[in-house]
Amino acid sequence: MSAQIDSHGAHGAHDDHHDDGVGHSTLKGYMMGFFLAVVLTAIPFWLVMEKVIPNTQTLAVVLLTFAAIQIVVHMIYFLHMNPRSEGGWNMLALIFTLVIVVITLAGSIWVMFHLNSNMMPGMSHQMTEQQVKNLP
Amino acid sequence: MSDMHATPSAAIAEQDVEFWMKEDHHPANGTLLGFWIYLMSDCLIFACLFATYGVLGRSYAGGPSGADLFDLPLVAVNTTMLLLSSITYGFAVLEMQKDRKGTMMAWLIITGLFGAAFLGIELWEFSHLIHEGAGPQRSAFLSSFFTLVGTHGLHVTFGIIWLITLLFQVGRLGLTPANKRRIMCLSMFWHFLDVVWIGVFTFVYLMGSLP
Repeated sequence: MSAQIDSHGAHGAHDDHHDDGVGHSTLKGYMMGFFLAVVLTAIPFWLVMEKVIPNTQTLAVVLLTFAAIQIVVHMIYFLHMNPRSEGGWNMLALIFTLVIVVITLAGSIWVMFHLNSNMMPGMSHQMTEQQVKNLP
Repeated sequence: MSDMHATPSAAIAEQDVEFWMKEDHHPANGTLLGFWIYLMSDCLIFACLFATYGVLGRSYAGGPSGADLFDLPLVAVNTTMLLLSSITYGFAVLEMQKDRKGTMMAWLIITGLFGAAFLGIELWEFSHLIHEGAGPQRSAFLSSFFTLVGTHGLHVTFGIIWLITLLFQVGRLGLTPANKRRIMCLSMFWHFLDVVWIGVFTFVYLMGSLP
């Protein structure tokens, strides 16, 4: 009887280990992620080092796009992110964080950029001299 | 034995008990979810540092700019180190799933060495910059640069300390469920640092090198 319980217990533990979210990684998945990550890293470095795109603005947008794609690749293949892991709570926490990150980044850069440009001496071209004198 | 055959209801009850034991195992899931939420809070720290860099990254105070300072081939080597350490950690996790302790520890050691190489290159870069007079006190750009990249480096340092601790734990206790859980947590931490590094090399090094 005890042997039966033991075997049951061992079997149960084994099953649990597969339910832990531990058993989902495969060699194929890691190699796929690694291959995509290498390509998505190499292209931005090549673009900047060889000065392929002369327009800085375009290049910046392209670089950020590559970074965003690579982050998604890492999330899927290395961090095993999917809508079902931990009953969806992982994804929910991630989405919440992304919203905060976007507000923090975009908000800071937007506000501070406008603050900077309003501090510039050149701003007076939009105002009359009287208005400038009345500035607080 | 005969007792169990005599009362099938008792056997069912026992099955139920074991079922509940299995459910009781959920703290492992709880740990991974909790660790994920910690990583998300860490993500917010990095978001603040990225925002700071985004605001101050072009305020050179008459000092050197990113285009003057950054050595992109060196950054490419550094990125390669971190990417290789990510895939070797993946191999360690695969070996852990097959319950092969020896090869798992070997991959973990290789991961640690790649991490140490990354850290060594970064420290060399920092000392080189400070030696050139481009230390964190030189300009707002360099202050935010050292804070952001330094915080990432500090995380990698603690990751390596954790990795060494884990090697000793696995060496002594073997691949127990608790140790497997720890390996999965460090896996998330390590891959998360690689994700942050994508932001660093794109936003700081590559975009900072643009005119």
